[in-house]
Amino acid sequence: MTITLEPTVHGDRVSLLRVLGPAHVWALGVGIVLVGEFTGWNFAADKGGALAALIVCWVVGLLYTSVAMIDSEVTSTVAAAGGQYAQAKHIVGPLMAFNVALFLVFAYTMLEVSDAILLGDTIVAKAGVEGLTHNSFIAATIVVLAWLNYRGVLMTLNVNFVITAIAYISIVVLFFSVSPWTQGAVLKLNELVTPDNALPYGWIGVIAAFQFGIWYYLGIEGTTQAAEEVRSPARSLPYGTMAGMITLLIAAAMTWYVCASMMPWEYLGITYYPLWDAGKLTGSPLLENLLFIATLLAALASANGCINDAARAWFSLGRDRYLPTWFSAVHPKYRTPYRSILFLLPIALAFAFIADLNQAITFSILSGVLQYTFMSINIVMFRKKWPLGSIRRGYTHPFHPLPAIVLFCLCVVTFFAIFLGFGSQLIAMVAFYFLISLWFHFYRYKFVRRGDQFTMPWPKPQGY
Amino acid sequence: MSRYTPPEQNKAGQIFDIVVVVVAIFVALWLPLKMGLAGAAKSIDALDAKTWEALGQNPTMASIWEKLGYTPETAHDIIQNRFHYVIDWPTLIIMAAVLIGYFVFLFRASDREYRDVINEKFDDK
Repeated sequence: MTITLEPTVHGDRVSLLRVLGPAHVWALGVGIVLVGEFTGWNFAADKGGALAALIVCWVVGLLYTSVAMIDSEVTSTVAAAGGQYAQAKHIVGPLMAFNVALFLVFAYTMLEVSDAILLGDTIVAKAGVEGLTHNSFIAATIVVLAWLNYRGVLMTLNVNFVITAIAYISIVVLFFSVSPWTQGAVLKLNELVTPDNALPYGWIGVIAAFQFGIWYYLGIEGTTQAAEEVRSPARSLPYGTMAGMITLLIAAAMTWYVCASMMPWEYLGITYYPLWDAGKLTGSPLLENLLFIATLLAALASANGCINDAARAWFSLGRDRYLPTWFSAVHPKYRTPYRSILFLLPIALAFAFIADLNQAITFSILSGVLQYTFMSINIVMFRKKWPLGSIRRGYTHPFHPLPAIVLFCLCVVTFFAIFLGFGSQLIAMVAFYFLISLWFHFYRYKFVRRGDQFTMPWPKPQGY
Repeated sequence: MSRYTPPEQNKAGQIFDIVVVVVAIFVALWLPLKMGLAGAAKSIDALDAKTWEALGQNPTMASIWEKLGYTPETAHDIIQNRFHYVIDWPTLIIMAAVLIGYFVFLFRASDREYRDVINEKFDDK
């Protein structure tokens, strides 16, 4: 995921290079999301059983298809770096933009925390040394990746694409290695998912499982962060994002089928590395090691992209004076938002040491769902303020307002799902956003330059 | 409409604002973790007989548990650690009120700020 900076150096504004195509957009989206197949999605089985994890895989896939359709239209029109943050500034207002940037920062920072915990736990489990804890691996992962981001991230992101591809291929290799067309040899779905245990909590378990179903795809919407860098936003963003969604849907289906056919749902629901466990259970050392390495690579690629994105969102808040301008400094040599990277580093470390994997994932999911709720309302406001034909749109998504309604309804269901089991965490997080919004609106907003918040060459919005 | 000129913020003010943000993050996000309010609300439904059959595991499941290194005794706390989905209506109402209140405030306050932006942007032309 990239949010390339627009560094202002000695008063010269350096514009972004339009060098990316649909394949890059695909790689940006899938790169940060793929770790969700290696851990996290399986907690849906814990909340609702193995069949619930499959149901939410497809239904939440529908939620993200709506996200991708809506995002492609708005971003191909608001072609400004910052993705949803820039959209909120132009369509809803500064306070919403401030919140959306925070959603991005916390969704990505907590995803980074989850990645680091996964990486640490995977190494500790592989080492099998008594007394070895994950702390040093977590700290090393976060600090080294922050340092890489501090030094400049272009090469690292290129490497990201390669390791993401390796991780994806490992899922495909595992799938075809277990003879998916036959049952009984390696895969035993009929004996593991039975009528008695398919939905152990009934349909309320299916609703509860929505929470972690989000983890199959969380972050795909980040493709829009590259809006200013793609050669043809109208073509690249919809194609790249939808291709990314199709890729992830296929990976999610393969992952579920293999894992649910190899592990009892109670174990599947609590393991931190379902795909690596599946590799182990095949009895093949080659597959076991491949999936071990792929788990680490997916976590590293995702964490790296998360640091990159979270720091850029925080930087944008400083640049627009929503937060102290101190954060908007660009490193004179490396051209990175180094102060934002350094500021978020101890926050990530603190949460990585105190939070469990499922708690960190829940923080990330909560910020994501708040953002999707905003997006469902945002598209309706966008069409109302600038009806079709009033401005040039790069892409117009079909069936409006159906995707927005579907997205909004699924967000409501997901909030209820989080309430089932993680209600206190939800209330604490929303209370945080509420309080920080009050602080912004009644105090911090006075430092914001009003007219500078609208930079698109559009006519005045209708109704204003 | 006259162009709004925001005040310049001195370094002490910037540091104070950064401290406020950090404190808000840790109070809202870290405190629930420290107080044990975050995380899954699960509890173990203990069984006296710790056998694969009593734990509801058929021979295929039992063989996989054993392959993963578990016995009925060690798997007991995993298998019997369950969610108990009882809807606590007061908490649900509080959650809904907080969420709705948050979004209503967000859109209304944003709209007021947005009008400032639009007025200044388009009245300049």
